[in-house]
Amino acid sequence: MSDDRNSDARTISRSSVGRIVPTSSERARPFWQGGVEGVLKIAQCSDCGERIHPPRPICPHCHSKAITFTPVSGRGTVYSFTINRYQWLKEMPPPYVLAEVDLDDQPGLRLLATVTGCAPEDVSIGMQVKADFVEVEDGWIPVFVPESQP
Amino acid sequence: MIEHSAVISGIGISEVGRRLHADPWALTADAALAAIADAGLTPADIDGISTYPGAIWSTPGITGAGVDDVRALLGINTRWHNGGGEMPGQLGSIIAAILAVGAGVVDHVLCFRTVWESTAQDRIGSRSATMAQVNERESHQWSKAYGVGYPTYGALWMQRYMHESGATREQLAQIALTCRANAMLNPQAVYRSEMTMDDYLSAKMISDPICLFDCDVPVDGSVAFVISRADNQTSGSRGIAFEAFGSAGGLENCAEMMWSRTSLKPGDVQLAELYDGFSIISILWLEALGLCEPLQAGLFIEGGERIALTGELPFNSGGGQLSGGRLHGYGSLYQACLQLSGSAGERQIKRRPEVAVVSSGVSTFASSLLLRAGR
Repeated sequence: MSDDRNSDARTISRSSVGRIVPTSSERARPFWQGGVEGVLKIAQCSDCGERIHPPRPICPHCHSKAITFTPVSGRGTVYSFTINRYQWLKEMPPPYVLAEVDLDDQPGLRLLATVTGCAPEDVSIGMQVKADFVEVEDGWIPVFVPESQP
Repeated sequence: MIEHSAVISGIGISEVGRRLHADPWALTADAALAAIADAGLTPADIDGISTYPGAIWSTPGITGAGVDDVRALLGINTRWHNGGGEMPGQLGSIIAAILAVGAGVVDHVLCFRTVWESTAQDRIGSRSATMAQVNERESHQWSKAYGVGYPTYGALWMQRYMHESGATREQLAQIALTCRANAMLNPQAVYRSEMTMDDYLSAKMISDPICLFDCDVPVDGSVAFVISRADNQTSGSRGIAFEAFGSAGGLENCAEMMWSRTSLKPGDVQLAELYDGFSIISILWLEALGLCEPLQAGLFIEGGERIALTGELPFNSGGGQLSGGRLHGYGSLYQACLQLSGSAGERQIKRRPEVAVVSSGVSTFASSLLLRAGR
């Protein structure tokens, strides 16, 4: 598993994402740390199974407090995207693609993240993507790469 | 409905512009005193204050005065006040005033909104530099890790909207072009030079498919209103009536709530002053409010005739925030009041509108007001 992750990570141009330390709150820490094992982890209710993102300490579906972070497939579909051309952070020179990705694991489970591993112009709505990770100072930032990438 | 117990009795606006380097408290006082005088009142008559967001810490320039500041500036005391960031859109502060007046707690509420973003960005250096000074909130981790800016969200909505509706950039350009055409008739608008379709289509892209002209412009300025009891107005009151408000989270829910509180229908609306922080937000409001069919806004505004000042549904008559400046919801309400009173000068709609809709915000931070002209 770890080897797979490393081979995927090599395909990402790290300089295009930069070094950003997310303000990883206690609530969200396992999300940002999942990359250590090469898996995307999303908060999930142990009682009803609902996956919750962003993470919350209470399930909005059944109000259970039994929330744990569990692996998801990391595979999904681009719902919408944009090619950002403005430099918001000095660590992230534009252009780069930001996309809302609907994960296959649960209807409506949507993540906003960068799409790397292909030219910005090659991203489209409906495109199949999979999670990958970029290491930063205090965690791993989940990103998406094209599913079809070799 | 409680809306009928309150009216907009007076309106006021300060100087509005780019990089004014004016004291935001002075701008606030200018707008407030103008609104109070417009209502035929004196500061001593004001017994309530409501504002968005007030004296909270946010990005520099987003807020220029708080409730206490205004009490001190005008030398007044109040029986009730309200201010904060968590309300249903910027116009949520007006809705709170309606509720306070309607509940009989106060007679005359001063509502205000002051921005000085343009000067703040000029002093600090750039938009991104002011953004970097924002107070950290838990939600910021989801944007900061990925280099997400405010236009990102507008761009994601617009990209998806174009995908679902088949609307083209040429069609959607009419939001920016209509705002500019109206701004050319508004002496207080910040961008008043002509904009052509070619100008729009060749503009710098900010976050595809959003270009520079799809983004509203930060300004300095203040807008104020006096909300009074309908049965306690002076002879000078504008008497603009609240027909209904919507405050539910989400544009569709907000609109549904508003229409559930009135017998009027979308077809009765003669002026639409819709939030345009990004032009796509106006598109979403047009459809949510039922002013055109779902996913048909591109066709509805194509060519611009329908939404021109001379069209069936005049839109953002003062230039909106895209060309008039980001007065953050309050500017739209101000322009609606001018049109309903027949005092919009060169840009006055020929047949003075009787019914106007005004919206503020987007997503769950949203509200709308349905207004009727004074009798």
